[in-house]
Amino acid sequence: MAKQHVRFTFEPNLIQEPLIYQLGHQFEVITNIRMADVDASVGWVVLELEGEPDEIERSIEWARSKGVRVDEPTLGDVVEG
Amino acid sequence: MSYAQALRCRECEREYPLDPAFFCQFCFGPLEVDYDYEAISRVMTRESVAAGPPTLWRYAPLLPCDPEYKVDLGTGYTPLLRADRLAEAIGLDTLWIKNDTVNPTWSFKDRVVSVAIARARQFGFTGIACASTGNLANSVAAHGAHAGMDTFVFIPDDLEEGKVVGSAIYSPALVMVRGSYDDVNRMCTELSHDQPWAFVNINVRPYYAEGSRTLAYEVAEQLGWRTPDHCVVPMASGSLFTKIWKGFKELHQVGLIDEPQTRMSGSQAAGCSPISTAYAEGTLNFRPQKPNTIARSLAIGNPADGFYALKTMQETEGGAEMATDQEIIDAVKLLAETEGIFAETAGGVTVACLKRMVESGHIRRDEETVAFITGGGLKTIEAVQGQLTEPLRVPASSDAFLEALEARRATEAGVAVAAGGA
Repeated sequence: MAKQHVRFTFEPNLIQEPLIYQLGHQFEVITNIRMADVDASVGWVVLELEGEPDEIERSIEWARSKGVRVDEPTLGDVVEG
Repeated sequence: MSYAQALRCRECEREYPLDPAFFCQFCFGPLEVDYDYEAISRVMTRESVAAGPPTLWRYAPLLPCDPEYKVDLGTGYTPLLRADRLAEAIGLDTLWIKNDTVNPTWSFKDRVVSVAIARARQFGFTGIACASTGNLANSVAAHGAHAGMDTFVFIPDDLEEGKVVGSAIYSPALVMVRGSYDDVNRMCTELSHDQPWAFVNINVRPYYAEGSRTLAYEVAEQLGWRTPDHCVVPMASGSLFTKIWKGFKELHQVGLIDEPQTRMSGSQAAGCSPISTAYAEGTLNFRPQKPNTIARSLAIGNPADGFYALKTMQETEGGAEMATDQEIIDAVKLLAETEGIFAETAGGVTVACLKRMVESGHIRRDEETVAFITGGGLKTIEAVQGQLTEPLRVPASSDAFLEALEARRATEAGVAVAAGGA
């Protein structure tokens, strides 16, 4: 079992979708919300995903395919000017 | 000695020891260095600062590293220049330029790298690394060379030749990475977890970011130990913006200045403006963007400190603006023509946004303003090539020169009349 920290960002059209619930049901991955905020223009959530590394990767790819932006939670872009 | 006493989570305020760590184990919030300000206020006076070296190390008690580990290329204590001609051009009574183009590798990144590399040596790291599109790469390569450390610099493989040379000259392990912007980000984050290096803006980021506060200390000292009414600061990750405000507040905390009343406003390029867009929309939650601007040194689509920059604007009644690529080029030229300072595109962003803020009334004419110019123009000459007045080309004859000069003036006068008529 492995743990991975991710930040999901949702565009307004995805805010009402129960994507984290679906992710937890479609993949053998435990989702643990640590921080989150949602308003009218954007929503984000910082998650800990726990499971087999391949399964976590598959679940992240699935989230991306649904239109979720997936980032490392704390750093933002690390390529600086 | 250093008066840093802990790392503290910016979200839940949990404390951690001073290790190479950057996020809170509990909430994954970012960590920031906390200091023993009472002890600092006992040792740091205006006189002790004045007696220090003409570099950022004059503020050593407020830095998160022991000065005996410093790698000093002479960074900091850069000029604060009164900019009357630019002020008049854009409609301000009093404008100052904090000219950070004169640092050892010609950008403010020397400040953050000075602190990061000192702390990395204090931790016992023998390797230092970064991922960058230019300024940070140049600075890490130079400081790594001066310190004799193993130095790893990752750059995108589509970088302009000048920027590649600006790092390669110091002979680091220079790695050009093929792939999208997101791919390079992901690869470097993975490397930072796996390799025994100080990746300056990843595993030692809390210390690295603290170097930016020295800009605030210098401005306050150079103004005679007071703060200006308004600051205009370029924003990429948003870190510099938040740290300048933190720096002013700290100087008050240690008793060196009155409580700052400065309004903090940020500048971004329209082609990469997640923070300025969120400000315009009245939200603290920015949406990441795919950068598309000539201001590559500010091209961070997913800014780590964007939320905190927006909070700082709220706290100080500041704001944010964005400028188009053409406005950026025009502003680079305006700064050069009025003040004799050749800035890179990020400087153009700041001046263009400053101009917009004055025009919109966000900055009042009587607000004493400081604009932060953070990098030198020779790094981005391609941005202004083709946009400058062509030189007169003449044979070696004074008559030919005078004739060409007259022709040029006549053309310019014609253009001015045509513009006036339109």
